Amino acid sequence: MSRIGVFVCHCGENIGATVDCAEVAKMAKDFPGVAFSIDYKYMCSDPGQTLIKEAIKEHNLTGVVVAACSPRMHEPTFRKVAAEAGLNPYLCEMANLREHCSWVHYKDKSTTLKAAELVRMLVEKVKLNTPLYPIKVPVTKTALVIGGGIAGIQTALDIANSGHKVIMVEKSPSIGGHMSQLSETFPTLDCSQCILTPRMVEVAQHPNITLYTYAELESLDGFIGNFKATIKLKAKSVDHSVCNGCGECSAKCPIKKIPDEFNAGLGTRPAIYVPFPQAVPNKPVIDRDNCTYFRKNGKCGLCEKICPTKAIDFSQKDEFITVDVGAVVVTTGFDIKGTDFFPEYGYGKYKDIITGLQFERLASASGPTLGEIRRPSDGKIPQNIVFISCAGSRDPAKGIDYCSKICCMYLAKHAMLYKHKVHSGKASVFYMDIRAGGKTYEEFVRRAIEEDEVNYVRGRVSRIYEKDGKLIVKGVDTLLNSYPVEIEADMVVLGTAGIANPESESLAQKLHISYDQYHFFAEAHPKLRPVETNTAGIMLAGACQFPKDIPDSVSQASGAASKVSALFSQNELTRDPLIAFVNKNTCVGCFMCQSVCPYLAIEKEKIKAKDGSVIREVAKINPGLCQGCGTCVALCRSKSIDINGYSHKQVYAEVMSLFNERSLEYV
Amino acid sequence: MKIGFYPGCSLEGTAREYNESLKEISKVFKIELEEIIDWNCCGATAAHSLNKDLALALPARSLALAEKQGFNEIVVPCAACYSRLFTAYSELNSEPEKLEKIKEIIQIDFKVTSKPINVLEFINKYIKPDLKDKIKNKINLNIACYYGCLLVRPPKLLAVERYEDPMIMEEIIKITGAKPLDWAFKTECCGAGLSVSKTDVVNKLSGKIIDDAINRKADIIIVACPMCQSNLDMRRKSINTYLNKKLDIPVLFITQLIGKALGLDSNKLGLQRHFVKVSPELFMQKGISSDSVSNKIGVEV
Repeated sequence: MSRIGVFVCHCGENIGATVDCAEVAKMAKDFPGVAFSIDYKYMCSDPGQTLIKEAIKEHNLTGVVVAACSPRMHEPTFRKVAAEAGLNPYLCEMANLREHCSWVHYKDKSTTLKAAELVRMLVEKVKLNTPLYPIKVPVTKTALVIGGGIAGIQTALDIANSGHKVIMVEKSPSIGGHMSQLSETFPTLDCSQCILTPRMVEVAQHPNITLYTYAELESLDGFIGNFKATIKLKAKSVDHSVCNGCGECSAKCPIKKIPDEFNAGLGTRPAIYVPFPQAVPNKPVIDRDNCTYFRKNGKCGLCEKICPTKAIDFSQKDEFITVDVGAVVVTTGFDIKGTDFFPEYGYGKYKDIITGLQFERLASASGPTLGEIRRPSDGKIPQNIVFISCAGSRDPAKGIDYCSKICCMYLAKHAMLYKHKVHSGKASVFYMDIRAGGKTYEEFVRRAIEEDEVNYVRGRVSRIYEKDGKLIVKGVDTLLNSYPVEIEADMVVLGTAGIANPESESLAQKLHISYDQYHFFAEAHPKLRPVETNTAGIMLAGACQFPKDIPDSVSQASGAASKVSALFSQNELTRDPLIAFVNKNTCVGCFMCQSVCPYLAIEKEKIKAKDGSVIREVAKINPGLCQGCGTCVALCRSKSIDINGYSHKQVYAEVMSLFNERSLEYV
Repeated sequence: MKIGFYPGCSLEGTAREYNESLKEISKVFKIELEEIIDWNCCGATAAHSLNKDLALALPARSLALAEKQGFNEIVVPCAACYSRLFTAYSELNSEPEKLEKIKEIIQIDFKVTSKPINVLEFINKYIKPDLKDKIKNKINLNIACYYGCLLVRPPKLLAVERYEDPMIMEEIIKITGAKPLDWAFKTECCGAGLSVSKTDVVNKLSGKIIDDAINRKADIIIVACPMCQSNLDMRRKSINTYLNKKLDIPVLFITQLIGKALGLDSNKLGLQRHFVKVSPELFMQKGISSDSVSNKIGVEV
């Protein structure tokens, strides 16, 4: 005979303001098999947990239903409570009265009745629950870090320094990411390369880090502690074990006019190239899409002839390697909108309207102008420069609703750098709001306005057009009663929106992690689990989650690294036993289940006669790989597969509980 | 072939030449524009600023009448009329409740099947495909194509690509041999209805448009909106006084330009009706074997 306990949580006002929790508890008392029922303001708090534990012991409960928030939120909490009271944790279930009821309905009697029905369903289910025991799996103590920008570098170094192995995969020929492209950094104006390059070198030299540049993740299988990652090593066409990085090949390469990615398109590079002088590794790769040898069937080959170490190898092929890792950290960074995104600013047809990233390259000592601010069209030093913040961001009409977060600060920095380099010049910034939240950020912006006399205009720019070699910037000053402003500028810098990488969607699919409506990767909880994804063992850091500045990226990277280190501090992991199992007696061996299993968890098992001959083959679930998704259950034609904790019987009991006299009354 | 025609008030008044030239070129392509019987005011711009029902009911009545006459499409040359008729067409098609209400107001039962098209759409669909073969006089002019506001906006409703820098007129006039210019004021405001109440605003706004076209060496400006045309042409004297300049660039409707390319008579195209003289020498110099343009009511500027 079941003795079920029902614990109804008010969740403060979240449930309590809409659902009459005391009434739900009272109704639950009368459900068949319920031995105890009570409501409480915060069931997850210490007194709430104690209440449950004492009730289990006092009333000798055989099952528990906590009617509260989503099981995603607190199922582990309450199962632990049950275990502490001596009950098998899998005899505790949650009815979701918050997301499924109080948050989506108005306060009404019928809302309370629905809450009671949700409880009834779970009571019927928990009666059929059986004790289950966690599965133990070993942990591979190697982390995979995808992306070699500042977030990836920090993550890799932190994990490596805590004594664990790291494999870093970077898609471009060098690590460094966007930070290596920046000139100076706010709010201290220290040189980006000076603080970054030592860390890049540290990554390359660290005994615990294996670095694969010019490489991409091909696929990821497995689960927390036991992933198998296949990495595609793109053909570099240069044998890096032989190359001494002399640079002779890049200097002599006849193809020179390829837009330089590192200089954000402002300069050009040859087909065999090192992205920038401080690159790690400082050895070239051949860009096959642009190389004459590959485009014209073996013509050219000049680099091969002149290479002193015979390192050029045109015959190299893309290589695939498979590595075992226990955790993955995604640090793939972000992208920015181009100037061609803005119809009112000429769809990118004016050369002297540039992006913030391009300005970074102009201001950088390693940039195409060696740090002199010269405009792209004719190389003249602009005497009047305009910066436009929120170029795309915070603009629902353009489809980018969010604030890109970093632009206010970097535009203040740009204006400052410009004034430091061109003393006679005039700098203006058009803005909606100045969002300078951060340690010494506001002071930094004030410094730009007060000490460097940057002209801040609060208003939007409606149009930019060219007239007599000047860019006419038409805007409005909303602090001057919406007075129209027209500035004849020599150059315009757009603080274009930070957006998700174009490959983020396909990467998310490879990793089985979720992403938001803007294609940024989704964290498991926006406040309490900001570095984890919803897929156990996969963490996030840096701007692949949302645009963020260097301090934030580095903090999150260290957070992700500490999560990985905590995971690697255990020798075995326990996993929920909510996985599928096969009834060998009824399985007909059609193996439809095998073809649909997304985790490749279904194997063939031979049933043998006494003499050793094979009678038939049946499906067998690998408990290490099964994630309990239930796809095989739905597909099994002979109903031979079931899932622990979600059996056909349990689900059927839940549904049937709704068809009783009382519930029909409410319809 | 017959297509419905909604002239609106301006094509019977200030923009008679638009009406005449549109009909002339249509004739060449064997298209008859048949006026909607008993059409009424589109409601621009007063109605939609004051009363939402009235703003829908006025254009809806004309749409309903066109439907009764059996037209699938109605050519609406005036940009303001087009905007009102197309707004009504879209809203009534997507919101059945509104349609019920409007049907009751106008006391006509209809299904909103007559689709309003503007002159650029009309030309693109019915004139452009065969235009090349019918060109008799190659146009050899630098041309600034001016769209104004309502031909391409609001972008959500009209779904015009590159609404800040449209290329529809440019693509059409290239066929006539003309050279479209890249300029900055294609979609800037001409001052519109302030022409009557605050002429100085029109002087300022239209002045900038004309100034930029001339700076970029345009020979003529072409338009497809009667309001734009009247502000840039009829107001030229006061614009010139305001700017203290003597700007004499003519402003033609795109239909007049096509008409010239088809070799039609200038007077039939209404070229004599312009306030800024459309000089016959301009055409001759640039290679159009033009007949003489009588300029009886045109004023010298």
